[in-house]
Amino acid sequence: MAMTARQRAKVSLYVQAGIFVVAVIALILATDWETISNSVFNFAKVGPMFPDIILVGLKNTLIYTALGFIVGLSGGLLLALMKLSSFPLYRWIATGYIEFFRGVPALLVFIAFGYGVPLAFGVSWNVTVVAMVSLGMVAAAYIAETLRAGLQAVPKGQMEAARSLGMPQWRAMISIVIPQAFRIVLPPLTNEVILLTKDSSLIYVLGLTASQYELTKFGRDGISSLGAGLTPLLIAGALYLVITIPLSLLARKFESRSARTKR
Amino acid sequence: MNDVVQNAPSPSGAVHAAGVSIKDLRKSYGSNEVLKGIDLEVAPGEVVCLIGPSGSGKSTLLRCVNLLEQPNQGTIHVGGFESTDPDVDIDKMRRKVGMVFQQFNLFPHLSALQNCTIAQTKVLKRSQADASAAARKNLERVGLGHLADRFPDELSGGQQQRVAIARALSMDPELMLFDEPTSALDPETVGDVLSVMRNLAREGMTMLVVTHEMGFAREVADRVVFMDGGVVVEQGVAEKVISSPAHARTKEFLRRVLDPTHIDITE
Repeated sequence: MAMTARQRAKVSLYVQAGIFVVAVIALILATDWETISNSVFNFAKVGPMFPDIILVGLKNTLIYTALGFIVGLSGGLLLALMKLSSFPLYRWIATGYIEFFRGVPALLVFIAFGYGVPLAFGVSWNVTVVAMVSLGMVAAAYIAETLRAGLQAVPKGQMEAARSLGMPQWRAMISIVIPQAFRIVLPPLTNEVILLTKDSSLIYVLGLTASQYELTKFGRDGISSLGAGLTPLLIAGALYLVITIPLSLLARKFESRSARTKR
Repeated sequence: MNDVVQNAPSPSGAVHAAGVSIKDLRKSYGSNEVLKGIDLEVAPGEVVCLIGPSGSGKSTLLRCVNLLEQPNQGTIHVGGFESTDPDVDIDKMRRKVGMVFQQFNLFPHLSALQNCTIAQTKVLKRSQADASAAARKNLERVGLGHLADRFPDELSGGQQQRVAIARALSMDPELMLFDEPTSALDPETVGDVLSVMRNLAREGMTMLVVTHEMGFAREVADRVVFMDGGVVVEQGVAEKVISSPAHARTKEFLRRVLDPTHIDITE
């Protein structure tokens, strides 16, 4: 018997709901609840992590991220302008940089700047500087591509109007094109900050003193010292979400705002 | 005032107008020659309308005057500058030449007032107070003094175009270029823009206007230049060129423009 379109939609909905219920029941039955509650949700034993994981860990994660973002944004803007330059050498350098730093794992960059560069040049950098430079140089590669797209998205007529008013090229870029490009790239730029927040955990490859611990290091330390299984990592993960979810909401807000003003 | 405006600047002397002199101007994109040797003189205070079918090169000609397009050959003199001289200070020349675009090109991140002040402060190095005063005066001049704090996306197309005119006027130009200034507008806002341009013409501004508004050309222009295929086909007093064109191509174009619904069944 043939079904109407509405009946078919109804059946499809029931089938989807049925699959979901079966999957959840299977998961619940397959789970070893005793082990889980001892080693993942063992909140009774993680008290000693507080308040340091917030006062030190959360604070350091924010600091490393912010410093990395400042370096990444300035470097990214420079690279984006180089990539759009009429001087071929600048374009090649920028392209090479971007391809390299987007192509290698961020972890290798941390190791290079944490161990390699100090060894090669006989300098000793503190952890904050390594985090700032490593995060910043990786972020610059991604941000450069985002900014380049943003700069190119500003209509050509804007540059023409600015030049027609007697502005030199550089002045038109600074006063007219770049401010508009930033408005366009605000949502993707916010996403870059989210990625950066998570990448800041890679600083663990360096030997950190207690005052330099960030969230992930607190989590890893907690695993070995508290006997609560993986619960400390769960706490650290939750604290990342405290940073990243508001950023996601912010990005969405920027997105809807720019969608509204788009014409 | 229906009589044809004469070539002389207005007695008010509010505008210091410059002339334009174009000789043998040529411009190609690759192998496509868009301007095939244009000669055109515009006297100070004169209003010249460029008309012609799309692709005839009239916008390109206009954009060559302030070097938004680089000519391949020929010379252009604008108010004491030879803009085709490789050593010319382009930015200094452009300060004297106001440009109004079909798509307005207002700066969307700045208010109407800031649109009119930014080049004054950054290019002419005027103080913020002086720039604001000049901007407000020019926004009043285009009838938008009360909307100075609005942003472009809060203005209608006609209002945006009038802000764009005020923005150009705030630089105290000696010549104004209009590139199809009403083509992107809703019909009901065209009149406001044209009346601003009409007033500007009466104040003695030199104006070079690419337009399809034949009524405006007939009423305001001192001279109409008809271009087709990259050459000036015919030019003369507006009334004469529009009402009794000498050239067959001009006749054909005007017949299409003045009566777009007309279908020639004899063809």
